[in-house]
Amino acid sequence: MKEPLVRRRILYDKLFKKIIILLTFCSILPMFFILFFITSKGISVISWRFLTQLPKPVGEIGGGISNAIIGTLMLIGIGTAFSVPIGILAGIFLSENRKGKLASFTRLCVETLQGVPSIVIGIIAYTWLVFSMGSFSALSGGVALGLMMLPVIITATEQTLKLIPGSLKEASLALGVSYPRTILKVILPAGMSGIVTGILLSIARVAGETAPLLFTAFGSPFMNFNVLKPINSLPLMIFNYATSPYPEWHTLAWGASFILIIIVLGLNLFTKIVTKRWKVQF
Amino acid sequence: MESAILKIENLSAFFGENQVLKEVSLSIPQNRITAIMGPSGCGKTTLIRCINRMHELIPDARVSGKIFLDREDIYATDPIIVRRQIGMVFQKPNPFPMMSIYDNVIAGYNLNGIRLAKDEKDRIVEESLRKAALWEEVKEALYRKGTFLSGGQQQRLCIARALAMGPAVLLLDEPTSALDPKATSHIEELIMKLKDTVSIILVTHNMAQAARVSDFAAFVYLGELVEFGPSGSMFTAPKDKRTEEYLTGKFG
Amino acid sequence: MNHSRAEFLMLRSETKTMRRRRPALSESSFREMLSISGAFVLLLLVAIFFSLVISSFPSIRNFGIRFLFSSTWDPVKSEFGAFPFLLGTLVTSFLALIISVIFSIPISIFLGEYSIKGAAPTFIKSMIELLAGVPSVIYGFCGLFLLTPLVRILEIKMGVAPYGVGIFTASIVLSIMIIPYSASIGREVISLVPSDLKEAALSLGATRFEVIRKVILPYASSGIVAGILLSLGRALGETMAVTMVIGNSNFIPKGIFSPANTLASVIANEFTEATGSLYLASLIELGLVLFIVTTIINLIGKLIIRRMGVEG
Repeated sequence: MKEPLVRRRILYDKLFKKIIILLTFCSILPMFFILFFITSKGISVISWRFLTQLPKPVGEIGGGISNAIIGTLMLIGIGTAFSVPIGILAGIFLSENRKGKLASFTRLCVETLQGVPSIVIGIIAYTWLVFSMGSFSALSGGVALGLMMLPVIITATEQTLKLIPGSLKEASLALGVSYPRTILKVILPAGMSGIVTGILLSIARVAGETAPLLFTAFGSPFMNFNVLKPINSLPLMIFNYATSPYPEWHTLAWGASFILIIIVLGLNLFTKIVTKRWKVQF
Repeated sequence: MESAILKIENLSAFFGENQVLKEVSLSIPQNRITAIMGPSGCGKTTLIRCINRMHELIPDARVSGKIFLDREDIYATDPIIVRRQIGMVFQKPNPFPMMSIYDNVIAGYNLNGIRLAKDEKDRIVEESLRKAALWEEVKEALYRKGTFLSGGQQQRLCIARALAMGPAVLLLDEPTSALDPKATSHIEELIMKLKDTVSIILVTHNMAQAARVSDFAAFVYLGELVEFGPSGSMFTAPKDKRTEEYLTGKFG
Repeated sequence: MNHSRAEFLMLRSETKTMRRRRPALSESSFREMLSISGAFVLLLLVAIFFSLVISSFPSIRNFGIRFLFSSTWDPVKSEFGAFPFLLGTLVTSFLALIISVIFSIPISIFLGEYSIKGAAPTFIKSMIELLAGVPSVIYGFCGLFLLTPLVRILEIKMGVAPYGVGIFTASIVLSIMIIPYSASIGREVISLVPSDLKEAALSLGATRFEVIRKVILPYASSGIVAGILLSLGRALGETMAVTMVIGNSNFIPKGIFSPANTLASVIANEFTEATGSLYLASLIELGLVLFIVTTIINLIGKLIIRRMGVEG
């Protein structure tokens, strides 16, 4: 026969566990709601025309998101071109210099940069590029995205290279291979899968960003391949259409959201699966 | 009288303020196997890392004294050149995991950007693998990655990789300590065959191995070269008391 | 044997003649290149800070410290004050924090203590992580069309003006967005609590609930706090979702159901329409304030995490 005190404690214990499970379960509900909602409202809008046409003016039915898709790709392309070379080099620098003042300060800056709100990045890209160039442009938007990608790539590179055993470097150096070649031809290839994962993750991060593009890329109803002109992107379009008073545009925004969420979540899942497969055996 | 391929004169090595080698002077005979023995931490690994100028890569590491390879001062030469002439095989086999067996053997050339004709490369790869007693086992699988090989085979691959550069001296840092007895004896056999083409320095804490394999032996203790001489007489009649104590297992 | 020895000697002499090699890239210039890339990142951050300061200078010079306490935001009269937005930011962020903690700590306990390995926790962990991957604008979109009607119903029941949008709605959306950040760090620190401590308590007859309450949570508390700080940093800087559901009012909100604006949302709304350099400078100064506050909070959080030796 258990004492009443013990019985109460056991009761609390069981109750606690149930509450924990309930709250955990509740917290994954929003994900389901979002996916369900977007899919149900957006999937009916998707069609080949939707993906390949330009948006139509208000009042006309139809129209598509082709310029937004191309714009998103271009902006990501510019961001990648800007952030990948510097990011990998800085990552190599940090992994090759575990101690040292410059390395410590750089690491601090990378962490700080990671936490800068995206709207502030937008302000910076505006003051550096839009203000000086006199107009909104895909270039400024791409640079803004690149600034957001940079810390992710640097951290991924540094962490990946740190995991590579020192014996690999020794083996190469002992063969009389110079230090630069050892890093570029032995260490970097060995870490390539982790670095590529980092790049993909950074792309997933910026593909859905709107704030840094609000006053850099700015958006455009036209198709544009000129990096010096304003350009549309999927998140920008969703924002503009969702906050507009026109129901036809809301519908288009649902379709665009469906596409966007597939891209972003798809990239996230892809990198997770790929990370598991590509771990190099040592 | 054996001719010396390597002359070490008053070599001292430091990690910061800590002196790990104290004025070591030694002549390594050509085309012979010289074992370097001693208890853990005595400085034997540091010694061979000074020979191929890997010791100085550690931050705060310092070297003083001279080492002559065939009468050239290796500390006055570009370390990269030195390392191409003095090969090293490590305690834990470390083939390059992203490369095939073929590419591993020829890695010294590929990584250095030395261009060779395809049949020249093929020749070097086959010869090196034959010398490392690995050719028959991998000749059908040259283009597969080396990670499926056993520990002993991976170590022989590393030996082939080092031999492919045509070094004058081959440094072996406890090459069999991570291997099983069968793999160990394979490697000991092949080391003994190799001495015709290359001079071998073998660091080992396994006295029996040193006795089996080496022509000359050096005993290092607390950073000092205590004794050096032909293996036969060293193992049976050591001159220094410390050597005798080490050989009879009083420490180490 | 002599044949191959001669060949080896020949190869040796080849490599010997490469004595004076002219490398494509020397070691010192390569190392320099690496240092330059590190310095570049350093300079980037410094440049960001100084750009913000320089661009906000007209506003700093004009308003001084009053800027932070003034509640007038009047573009027509060129009178700008940050207080409504500071208030909006802090209220929404803290409210969101409180709501999210109600869920993220149980998640951390569940995944760190009750259910660590297996299909179910892996699935739950993935779902939570996916929450962090959903773009902000989609949260805003769903919040605007899914949540605001519900809030409107609530407001009608409560007899408050049925805006639907406002601080309350924004806080709810924000709370969902920041759950993954504190949940993942919390889970990590909880799973790192040494099992011998837990076993000692259990062997003394404690229930699991008591072990969690008296051993695990106190031990992991600083890590949990760090995770909460990090999610706070995230909430403070969040823009799009908040902009879409907060109602965009530049006046001091009267209550929790009032529309308002945060530092980030007012910048998002008004930046492209800002005429006049003072207007723009004031908006940028808001960005500067946001930058400083989020940086401090994030760094404190990261410092605590590093002290605990946990992967961030």
